Amino acid sequence: MTAMADTATLTRPAGPAAAAKPDAAVSVRGICKTYTDVEALRGIDLDIERGKLTTLLGPSGCGKTTLLKIIAGLIDQTSGEVLVNGRAVRGPGPERAFVFQDFALLPWATVMRNVAFGLELRGASKTEREEKARHYIAEVGLAGFEDKYPHELSGGMRQRVGLARALAVDADVLMLDEPFSAVDEQTRRKFQEDLIRLREVEKKTFLFVTHSIEEAVYVSDRIVLLSRRPGRISEIIEPKVDHRASPDEIRRDPHYLDTVESIWQGLRNYVE
Amino acid sequence: MTAPVRLDGHTAGALGAGQVAAAPARRASFDRPILWRILSVALVLGVWEIAGQIPINFAFPPFSEVFAAFLRMMADGSLPAAYAETLKPLVIGVVISTVLGVGLGVAMGLSRLSEWLVAPVFIVLQAAPMAALVPLLTFVYGIGLLSKTLAVILLALPVIALNGYKAIRNANPTLVAMCKSFLGTRRQQIVKVIIPDATPVIFAGLRLGVAAGFIGVMLAELLITPTGIGDLITYHRSVADYAEMYAAVASIVVLSALTLAALQAFEVRVLRPEKRGS
Ligand SMILES: Nc1ncnc2c1ncn2[C@@H]1O[C@H](COP(=O)(O)OP(=O)(O)OP(=O)(O)O)[C@@H](O)[C@H]1O
Ligand SMILES: [Mg+2]
Repeated sequence: MTAMADTATLTRPAGPAAAAKPDAAVSVRGICKTYTDVEALRGIDLDIERGKLTTLLGPSGCGKTTLLKIIAGLIDQTSGEVLVNGRAVRGPGPERAFVFQDFALLPWATVMRNVAFGLELRGASKTEREEKARHYIAEVGLAGFEDKYPHELSGGMRQRVGLARALAVDADVLMLDEPFSAVDEQTRRKFQEDLIRLREVEKKTFLFVTHSIEEAVYVSDRIVLLSRRPGRISEIIEPKVDHRASPDEIRRDPHYLDTVESIWQGLRNYVE
Repeated sequence: MTAPVRLDGHTAGALGAGQVAAAPARRASFDRPILWRILSVALVLGVWEIAGQIPINFAFPPFSEVFAAFLRMMADGSLPAAYAETLKPLVIGVVISTVLGVGLGVAMGLSRLSEWLVAPVFIVLQAAPMAALVPLLTFVYGIGLLSKTLAVILLALPVIALNGYKAIRNANPTLVAMCKSFLGTRRQQIVKVIIPDATPVIFAGLRLGVAAGFIGVMLAELLITPTGIGDLITYHRSVADYAEMYAAVASIVVLSALTLAALQAFEVRVLRPEKRGS
């Protein structure tokens, strides 16, 4: 696999869904989801590797949020099952944490309480949870904002609060639903780099939903392309971007650009 | 990671932009609120004084006379005595309506069963023309404290309960999902997310309920039992002491307004710390 990074074929469609690898943090088996009359997902089989950043990419309404929420245990699938660390998902669990697209911050609580909220719900003592929260507030770059309320923060800062809250509960798997959709391009790029860095520091499994092909190629170890509704996996791509290079170098790198282009070509079939 | 960039209102996205834009306006109104309020009150009183001096109607005294009558009634003890009479059923009724209304509203919002059992009663009660029902109370409960209190409850309870119900039902579903995803129990979900999120609407209902309670007690005193402020108004009108009558009317209006303002101040101070001026 590593050898392929230097070849012209940056993208590598995966074979038919393989049996769960031993290092799969999350295994999705034959997940189907039908809302009363809308078939959102059909037969999703997917292994999400531990310690990697996997991205769900696909046209609007193809069921990305639905799949993420099923994995999070927030909604029930119609059929199929999800295994996290080998155990079937019956609802939310301590090994998974969710970062919400619209932040989902308590408007009446300070940044500190919001970040510590997951720990508060688990019954951690005030000193313990504030110590942890303080650490992650600093980690996402919000040190000094502990006593602010969400409405005093920009959209990007609020999203960081949501990220810190998810990090603070120390889950193995972090799920992010379009976390950057409400921020401007500069902040977004900054976030992308932070995300890459966080993945290295925190050694967690990231599952990430985005609309942006460039973003997906830039940050992901693996990209799962979903087809138009009902969502099925149409392709799995491993971009193999070398993150030791500077962001600008990466964005000018022909491999990077080719990968973006090939995904775009693939998606076009659905968009048009 | 370096310090995050503060975004300006235009690039922060829809949510951020709205919030950022709202902040300066809010601060400006916090700057000199007293001044503006005094000015507005002074303006109204000035127009009243002029209209009374012209006069537009022989039964419409100017503010100065009304105020003098107010002082007279305070001095001779008739106004305080009337208030003692009026406030008793009002306070009892509002307290009962608040406890019962918020309790039932929350219950209806949280459980389908209590929604089906209780909500229709309140929806009918809220739609009913209460002034027509108040006289009926006299037949059943006489003309004492009980029927006045019931009149207050009849008016205040439905609006408090229905607002509580709506508030809970409309609690932000993302926050509820967030609480679930961080393993909050149902109890934590209710106590830490749903009720705090519903507080502003519950309080809006409370303010409406208190205002309705004032209506209830006045209706009872005007229609059923000639006591308290209602009696004072009726009596002074019958003997054509219009200044006294207006003083009684104005005092209850002012009291009602002050009560509602106090309720709002309490809400902001105690329950929604983020709305305090920063
Ligand atoms: N609660 C629901 N009830 C009924 N249909 C729903 C519900 N939630 C989603 N759907 C439908 O399921 C499909 C998939 O929705 P989902 O939100 O998962 O899409 P998505 O890929 O996240 O889209 P986007 O990229 O726009 O966020 C959509 O067609 C949507 O209309
Ligand atoms: Mg979505």
